[in-house]
Amino acid sequence: MSGITFSYKIDGGDFVNAGKASSEIKRTLKQLNVAQKTIKRVVVSLYEAEVNIVAHAHRGEINVLINAEEISITLKDEGPGIESVEQAMEVGYSTASPSVVSMGFGAGMGLPNMKKNSDYLNVESKVGVGTTVTIKVALVG
Amino acid sequence: MTAEKLIDLISGNLLNVANTNTQILASVVASDLMSDVLTLENEPDILVTGLANTQCIRTAEMADIPFVIIAKGKKVSQQIIDLAHEGDIYLISTHLSIFKCCGLLYTHGIKDTF
Repeated sequence: MSGITFSYKIDGGDFVNAGKASSEIKRTLKQLNVAQKTIKRVVVSLYEAEVNIVAHAHRGEINVLINAEEISITLKDEGPGIESVEQAMEVGYSTASPSVVSMGFGAGMGLPNMKKNSDYLNVESKVGVGTTVTIKVALVG
Repeated sequence: MTAEKLIDLISGNLLNVANTNTQILASVVASDLMSDVLTLENEPDILVTGLANTQCIRTAEMADIPFVIIAKGKKVSQQIIDLAHEGDIYLISTHLSIFKCCGLLYTHGIKDTF
């Protein structure tokens, strides 16, 4: 399906630049006159996922596709992976390091919040290899 | 409450001038946990935090919060100031504690967001 695509490389541990991709997508959606509430759902989900890569993985890539119907985001990282995706989806479950907590994250709220703010969320993970997160938010209706 | 009144009330320093329109400030969230701020259904006008890093600005940007107050006299780096400017966020520092800052806002009619 045709649309606009964006791609970003993310470095694990780079908290200075964490959120840059989310910020750029927010600017683009504003320019496209997407409704404010929809923009917020997209960028909150994306930012949570972007922070997860910075907090947990070695590196990652974000690919965003925007078309008339939806925004579809894939975040693929190389990292430790998630042992139990089911457990990671529970509010309060976290494996974040103290340095991540000192940045204001790591309370086990990211994945549940991404689920709340998206219309589709899929998390696939292989321990020792990495994690792929897919987020979709409808732009219509 | 106007931005000028807010700054005066908390003996704050405005660290940048954002590109947003002057607005009346009516609601606040106070947190050092950015994950909590990101779960808010509504958009408060002000975030009060003791967290002086770039992620408090990013969080305000994503959560549509136009004013950030960094309390407790925490040192605010130029990087944080620049990021706030880019994101059209008013950045204010104050030497007051979070408790005192929120107490003053509360007694002047600013509402909680939760």
